[in-house]
Amino acid sequence: MSNLTNFTKGFIKENPVFIMLLGLCPTLGVSTSAFNGLGMGLATAFVLIMSNLVISLIKNLIPAKVRIPSFIVVIASFVTIVQLVLEGFVPALYESLGLFIPLIVVNCVVLGRAEAFASKNTVFSSIIDGTGMGLGFTFALTLLGSVREILGSGNIFGMNLGFYPLDADGNPVVMLVFVLAPGAFIALAYLVALNAMLKQRMSKK
Amino acid sequence: MEYFAIIIAAIFVNNIVLAQFLGICPLLGVSGKISTAGGMAGAVLFVMTIATIVTYLIYNFILVPFGISYLQTITYILVISALVQMVELILKKVSPPLYQALGIFLPLITTNCAILGVAILTVQKDFNLLQGVVFSVATAIGFGLALIIFAGIREHLDLMGVPKAMRGAPIALLVAGILALAFMGFAGLV
Repeated sequence: MSNLTNFTKGFIKENPVFIMLLGLCPTLGVSTSAFNGLGMGLATAFVLIMSNLVISLIKNLIPAKVRIPSFIVVIASFVTIVQLVLEGFVPALYESLGLFIPLIVVNCVVLGRAEAFASKNTVFSSIIDGTGMGLGFTFALTLLGSVREILGSGNIFGMNLGFYPLDADGNPVVMLVFVLAPGAFIALAYLVALNAMLKQRMSKK
Repeated sequence: MEYFAIIIAAIFVNNIVLAQFLGICPLLGVSGKISTAGGMAGAVLFVMTIATIVTYLIYNFILVPFGISYLQTITYILVISALVQMVELILKKVSPPLYQALGIFLPLITTNCAILGVAILTVQKDFNLLQGVVFSVATAIGFGLALIIFAGIREHLDLMGVPKAMRGAPIALLVAGILALAFMGFAGLV
């Protein structure tokens, strides 16, 4: 597999969220706005790239039987680094992501790539794979965050779009449900369905 | 009264799956049949309660006194995965019928973010040990409730004429959304 297809597969063909349905908890939990989605995506991407790098370096040293616990320790170390860095430099983002930062440890995307790719491939292609998958995850989260933010609060990245009618008090009339819990499920359901529909159209041609 | 509020909040108002988005993977993965959903719920109840007790003790008697609470994430995930292994071994020896019932679900639980999530939340909310136990049991009941309702709906969904693109995951997510909407009715209860 060439490096280019290895890199781009994470965006559409094997997108971790829309196709493989991995890592749904943070996807649904933090995508209330495009900015949160982007922040969470980049944090996960960093962990994914670094853990892929380290695991592909040490893959020959780890006995097969304790492979999964070793992977988890590597991943947990990078998650702790992300947690401390975010707390120190971007406290606002740290606050809004909250519980979901430590939970990157149990994100199936990260462990899935470690097990399925980094433990079998060279260092260079593992970094490429991690970057592609990480950016694909970021793309999915940002897209979902944007959809929810536009529908639910009429903003995009915090900027007011101003195309919703105003009520008597001057507040825009928006579909508030989309920034609440049910909206996350519904928005993701339609994005996944859209993806499946496009795929069917393409395969017919 | 205080414990009652914790229980109601954890089961209905802040339902772990439908309001806090933890444990979505088992919700979509093992909710095809009511019986498997019940098995999963039982395994989660079991592990979540033990994990909360153990992590609580480790946090307050090892991590805090030595000033290394920033190692919380690493310690917790190791403790939880070791615990799951141990529970599996002990169950196999002590209670084979229970092992038979929960067996296949136990390994899946290590990567269930609800377990780690509840362990961290217990620390974040400053619960004492008893409150933590009540919280984790109630959360697990809430998880089971959501899982079993969801499985019941999905059993019927198999017979429905769902549009082609919506089949599988999308319709399941949509059902979860409507269920979450129903659970929002409990908001403001406590």
